[in-house]
Amino acid sequence: MSNPQQLRYSKEHEWLSAAEDGVATVGITEHAANALGDVVFVQLPEAGSTVSAGETCGELESTKSVSDLYSPVTGEVTEVNEDVVNDPSLVNSAPFEGGWLFKVRVTEEPAELLSADEYTAFTAG
Amino acid sequence: MSSTKSAELRHTALDAVHRSLGATMTDFAGWDMPLRYGSERDEHLAVRTRAGLFDLSHMGEITVTGAEAAAFLNFALVGNIASVGVGRARYTMICRADGGILDDLIVYRLAETEYMVVANASNAQVVLDALTERAEGFAAEVRDDRDAYALIAVQGPQSPGILKSLTDADLDGLKYYAGLPGTVAGVPALIARTGYTGEDGFELFVKPEHAVALWQALTEAGEGVGLVPCGLSCRDTLRLEAGMPLYGHELTTSLTPFDAGLGRVVKFEKEGDFVGREALAQAASRAQENPPRVLVGLVAEGRRVPRAGYAVVAGGAVIGEVTSGAPSPTLGKPIAMAYVDAAHAAPGTEGVGVDIRGTHEPYQVVALPFYKRQK
Repeated sequence: MSNPQQLRYSKEHEWLSAAEDGVATVGITEHAANALGDVVFVQLPEAGSTVSAGETCGELESTKSVSDLYSPVTGEVTEVNEDVVNDPSLVNSAPFEGGWLFKVRVTEEPAELLSADEYTAFTAG
Repeated sequence: MSSTKSAELRHTALDAVHRSLGATMTDFAGWDMPLRYGSERDEHLAVRTRAGLFDLSHMGEITVTGAEAAAFLNFALVGNIASVGVGRARYTMICRADGGILDDLIVYRLAETEYMVVANASNAQVVLDALTERAEGFAAEVRDDRDAYALIAVQGPQSPGILKSLTDADLDGLKYYAGLPGTVAGVPALIARTGYTGEDGFELFVKPEHAVALWQALTEAGEGVGLVPCGLSCRDTLRLEAGMPLYGHELTTSLTPFDAGLGRVVKFEKEGDFVGREALAQAASRAQENPPRVLVGLVAEGRRVPRAGYAVVAGGAVIGEVTSGAPSPTLGKPIAMAYVDAAHAAPGTEGVGVDIRGTHEPYQVVALPFYKRQK
């Protein structure tokens, strides 16, 4: 699997896109999706709510387990991916594309995110 | 995370095959076993509609031989094992003297004086130790055959056709819970019509050195009908839909078979004493006078999944506990097995929920199993 170069990554296995007009997109990585197995339910933060970097903001349920979703960035949620809410398998089939989770108006630049190469090395360990 | 190899884990004869198939492996009772090869949901549905291939070599085989093998197993186990015909199998349990369940077992009668006991991987040593101890004074030998067998299962509606193309054995004459020695793809095998999926299917006990050849032959034979390799993850959801108990979840040492709703496996009418008889007789009458918690099925109205250990609630009070839970691929909803107070156990009971991390999610009480195949 390859992690897109243009994204940044958290050690909790979320990805964050570069902000466009101050709004960035959040999802979970292919590595995380593979480790979870078939995702059957996602609970996402509500549009308009505030998320904080490193804090839980939702959960992902798979066949075997439930995992917390951590926000990689601080800001206000502008949109959640209703397609993923309706069809959580998008997280498995297209984690970096159609399986994105929510968009955030970034109020604080995240400090401790990894580059694609750093994240690849982190998950290989 | 997904494919960590640990030196302490035991590996089956099919380990290299699993790795070449890209399986996600998991530590299961000290064995490095395939959890899934791709999507566990797809594997589950393949078994329900076509066929699936499983490596179950972690299961614990114990052979019992000798002139008093039947009398010994009647003493050591709660079932009437002496009444099992040669070539037939029986679901049974081994209990402690206090009636607590040590394990659930399938016992195959291979010959007049030879049985094979198949224990759960997590309990194989406990069962072996208990049988060895209980064999004292009987003309019977208990042999640890865990390393003598690999176990490959073919499960699903296409499994008879797949197997027929590889054997001359009389599969049509082989009933559910029967087993016969034969040859499959040139490999000597004990062919058993058993499984843990709720589908028709077979379990093939072979020498470990023959496991890879048999796996490949089954894979090729099943190619045209949609057979896929399946991991333990879908095995768990398959057995859950079929309402089959799993040791460590629905069955534990703190429960008797009567507490688990499986009192029918205890055969008081058999000849002679058996380990646990007195305690089990008390448990049976206790269960009649004062019904214990009942194992029920729960079906979610929402999409959040109940997990083992979550509280079952009604009217703000805890009335039971989830023992197994998962999203059901067949029903398309989360399901669970749970022990609940008898007052709330009737199918259709109103107002029952599961406490899912602080939120009480509504659940429907249903009779088990969730899924029954059309015959």
